[in-house]
Amino acid sequence: MSVASTSGAASPKPSSVRQQVELPFAKAYEFALRSIKIRFWRSMITAGGVFLGIAFLASVLTSKAIAGPDIDPKEVAKMNWLVALSLLVCAVGITNSMLMSVTERFREIGTMKCLGALNQFIVKIFMIEALLMGIIASCLGWALGTSMIILSKLAAGVPANAPAGTVPLGSLSGTDVLLTLAFCVPIGAALTALATYIPARQAASIPPAAALRTDV
Amino acid sequence: MAKSDEIVSGGVAVAEQNTATIVSNADAKAKVGGKTEYVVRAKDVVKIFKMGNEDVHALKGISIDIKRGEYVSIIGPSGSGKSTFFNMIGGLDKPNSGTVFINDVDMAQLDAMELAFLRCHTIGYIFQTFNLIPVMTALENVQLPTIFAGTPSDEGILRAKELCETVGLGHRLHNKPSQLSGGQQQRVAIARSLANSPSIVLADEPTGNLDEKTGIEIIQLLRRLNQEKGCTVITATHDDKMVRVSDRAIHIRDGRLDRIEEREEIVARLGTIENPRGSH
Repeated sequence: MSVASTSGAASPKPSSVRQQVELPFAKAYEFALRSIKIRFWRSMITAGGVFLGIAFLASVLTSKAIAGPDIDPKEVAKMNWLVALSLLVCAVGITNSMLMSVTERFREIGTMKCLGALNQFIVKIFMIEALLMGIIASCLGWALGTSMIILSKLAAGVPANAPAGTVPLGSLSGTDVLLTLAFCVPIGAALTALATYIPARQAASIPPAAALRTDV
Repeated sequence: MAKSDEIVSGGVAVAEQNTATIVSNADAKAKVGGKTEYVVRAKDVVKIFKMGNEDVHALKGISIDIKRGEYVSIIGPSGSGKSTFFNMIGGLDKPNSGTVFINDVDMAQLDAMELAFLRCHTIGYIFQTFNLIPVMTALENVQLPTIFAGTPSDEGILRAKELCETVGLGHRLHNKPSQLSGGQQQRVAIARSLANSPSIVLADEPTGNLDEKTGIEIIQLLRRLNQEKGCTVITATHDDKMVRVSDRAIHIRDGRLDRIEEREEIVARLGTIENPRGSH
């Protein structure tokens, strides 16, 4: 707020106005968790964007691990393209759903501010909500993407013309699977957080009168 | 109008008596507790909106003083700037020039944290569209401001319950707004506005989305709370009927103060809510 400019050494503020208390993290967490639960199906759709994006990413990464290090460099380039593409799909899907989830709650944000909520508290609620959904959806997406590839490879079995000693899962190891998890979940969480932070911060900083005027 | 006749079954004698007490009440309350007489003082408030390349002067310098404990109606046609003025008094928007004092505090000098404190503790808001949080029950909606005030939750719930009972909704505590009628939703909003015992209640067209009978009930509830709790009530309206309960009516026209009617003039022109007079 840039309002202090009107007076340099004005009369001291009467004690009737104090600083608004900042609510603890636990309170914001409570709000966020309830918001997800109450809007369960809406949250599912939002999380769906993350889920599918990460599932795609995980499947590509798993295929790459199965193919092993000594595949055709052309194949590697193709795989990398696919990874980049899946990340892009992820980012667009997540941004879209988070943007919608913030926009449809403009009025609610305005109302909460009228009742004394601080901007940072509103941003906090949205961030916790997004991170919870982002992490859970990423884990599920990873599980789906990885298992789909592994299962389909197992079902296909070893090709008849393969050299002796070839296993259906190629060079895939347990470490690879965990590495995929370690890659997918932070990416999912980070993209969700970023996609939420920008619109949430913007929405929280709109003066309440303007936020209440909006009809979505 | 047959409809308004139904509501007026109250009787003339009672109405006359009410009028007398209302006037003396407001005068007494203005001097409560040795605090300043005025809760709201607006000085030369100007607000300009940008509409494309054009400047729209919504407020062209309005100065108004409102006494502690008063019930004031701000009246004017739509587009007169009353809602804009309202947002200025409520600290929901900032004027381009001029000052608004709430309890002798210049609002322009407050930082974000102090403004939030003011909105939380000093001012209670009631809106035309109720603006309840749709996913919360009536009780939770009323409790919400106490959470922002940092009140422990059992204490807040207790207070919210009391307020719901005060506005006559003790039996609908666990209903969501979508399960309540318009009048009931506005009652929840009124209870919510009182959650932190504010000294000012601002109601912007509180009856705008309600039918006439419900609207009058809401106005009477506001008046009763104004008298029982001693909080200043400021409402914006374009409906003369809703002005009948007020101590003063401030007419705004074209972004300027048009005239101020005192209680006696309002009663002379419009009658009281129990005994209306005028065009009907």
